[in-house]
Amino acid sequence: MSYVLIIGAKSDIAKEVARTYAKNGYNLYLAARDISALEDLAVDIRVRSNVEVKLKELDVTDYDTHNEFYKFLEQRPLGVVVVSGYMVEQNKAQKDWKESLNTINVNYTGVVSLLNIVANDFEKQRVGFIVGVSSVAGDRGRKANYIYGSAKAAFSAYLGGLRNRLNESGVQVLTVKPGFVNTAMTKGMDLPEKLTAQPNEVAEDIFKAQQSGKNILYTKWIWRYVMLVIKHIPEFIFKKMSI
Amino acid sequence: MSLNSWGMYPRIQSKNYAIEDLNKLDECIAYGNGRSYGDSALNDNIVYMKPYDFFKSFDEKSGVLDVQAGVLLSEILESFVPRGWFLKVTPGTKLITIGGAIASDVHGKNHHTEGCFSECTLEFNIKLENGEIKNVKKGDELFLTTCGGMGLTGIILDAKIQLKKIKSQYINQTTIKTKNLRDTFDAFERYKDEPYSVAWIDCLAKDEEIGKCLLMVGDFDDFGDLDYKQKSKLNIPFNFPSFALNKLSVKAFNWLYYKKAPNGVSKQRVGIDAFFYPLDSIRNWNRIYGKGGFTQYQFILPLENSYEGLQEILGLISNSGKGSFLAVLKLYGKKNDNYLSFPIEGYSLALDFKIEDGLFELLDILDKVVVKYGGRIYLTKDVRVSKEIFEVGYEDIEKFREYRKANKMDKKFNSLQSKRVQI
Repeated sequence: MSYVLIIGAKSDIAKEVARTYAKNGYNLYLAARDISALEDLAVDIRVRSNVEVKLKELDVTDYDTHNEFYKFLEQRPLGVVVVSGYMVEQNKAQKDWKESLNTINVNYTGVVSLLNIVANDFEKQRVGFIVGVSSVAGDRGRKANYIYGSAKAAFSAYLGGLRNRLNESGVQVLTVKPGFVNTAMTKGMDLPEKLTAQPNEVAEDIFKAQQSGKNILYTKWIWRYVMLVIKHIPEFIFKKMSI
Repeated sequence: MSLNSWGMYPRIQSKNYAIEDLNKLDECIAYGNGRSYGDSALNDNIVYMKPYDFFKSFDEKSGVLDVQAGVLLSEILESFVPRGWFLKVTPGTKLITIGGAIASDVHGKNHHTEGCFSECTLEFNIKLENGEIKNVKKGDELFLTTCGGMGLTGIILDAKIQLKKIKSQYINQTTIKTKNLRDTFDAFERYKDEPYSVAWIDCLAKDEEIGKCLLMVGDFDDFGDLDYKQKSKLNIPFNFPSFALNKLSVKAFNWLYYKKAPNGVSKQRVGIDAFFYPLDSIRNWNRIYGKGGFTQYQFILPLENSYEGLQEILGLISNSGKGSFLAVLKLYGKKNDNYLSFPIEGYSLALDFKIEDGLFELLDILDKVVVKYGGRIYLTKDVRVSKEIFEVGYEDIEKFREYRKANKMDKKFNSLQSKRVQI
């Protein structure tokens, strides 16, 4: 059975995405900076689903290692899911350049480096799928979150272009834009229940959208309409708002 | 954050913590998937257990599964039914955690043959008040107090449970339609060798029809596939307005349910979800009772008093006109040694009631009848029983209290319920 490579496998969404693909019979490469933190998850997935799970060390921001990383996978993956992400409070990011830079590098520069390699390979093979977990925060810059948001906006634009390029080769590119998700990243935030998804719901949505060949997925679905409204507020009003 | 359990009553403000925070907390209670009905998992501080959901190991030879306490029964079924394994003991919902199953020492349609969840629990690890992690095995006093102990002895971390082999995902079910309580008792007696049994009682039946039911018994089929997939669920997206569930609509529902079944004895072949978890297919079914919430009243009477007691209680409910959407009757097997496990040998009845004026007065009256016949109330469903009524039914209650005190559990681990009934 084919392998799916999950990049940034330590996050709560990644954990559920991994379980969902395994449940449907896929073997997994789980890639993260610290793979010792993934050992329990690897055991969990093997016990649950009887599939192969291999842990791979990968630093998204260590660009020079990316070629080797991909080359040394035992078997070429059928699909890649990028879940890696980094979010600090806006306040910290705007005061501390290192935080800003890390936000940009983890959410954008690093994944571009990785996906360039993957895309070149998939294009040549004329098979495969790429799923990029971006964010609704990339749909419009807001004062509460614009450093993270701008990196995600860049990632969304990258995925859009990639989809356009790879369409011809029959390689699917899915852009995922989660709204609020109940994860370690949002722990302590008071999120509105109706707009907040559980990680396993996000994972189910991603799997279904990928399997059915979708291009862009908002999850929960209602975020498509929330963002539609937010994107259409005229700038002269928007700049005075606090949302 | 705002927190409630399955009955949506009461609703309280509470703070979420992780297991690692235990030493910082003066008082707390573990909260799993929020499927106990009342206030047994509610307090100002809760330890939220859902994130602890890792499977740890499975032995294909012996069928022993090791999982963390936040794993849901539904996740176990999803992975293991297709491989020919099923839970030895399962309650009527698969949406509970392993920790909750142990803390409530849940039981199911096969209590009379397989006992409670503790019977298939081989060992578990628990984090105590002082932070120490203890491995607990059958026979330990900590096993007797923790199984059925409502989370009041510590935080259950993980458990090894015994699964059972099945050859198909189908159950051969026999449905028996009875005319009154005597008829119902006779039917239970007649079918007591069937591994699984449960009856749905029409609570609004009057006079000579009191106690008429659909008794469903069955066992796994030896032939058929194991291709078990959980279907997407029907959802009830909002709370029904409170007038939706009045006496007439309940009557109509009970009538339809009863009418639907053929007279006498009939046979069906049904799947796991239809047989064991009929209500799980409707997500948020608790919302049909409106936003004021509901409670489930579940009691059990000793075998020798069951007929008389049930006759009296069903009469009281029927006359009160307070509707019960669901009334489940079951004959239980022998009690186990756990200090607070609910089951004793006899008949148990479980009824849902919408929270409304006059309800608690009615339940107070029912309490007295339950006590009069030597019965007891199930804490997992309860939200209002008094200390006095509760403790009459549980002969080991003082042993439980003393154990908690001696091990300093009584200060650290508490729920609204444990404070109310002073355990």
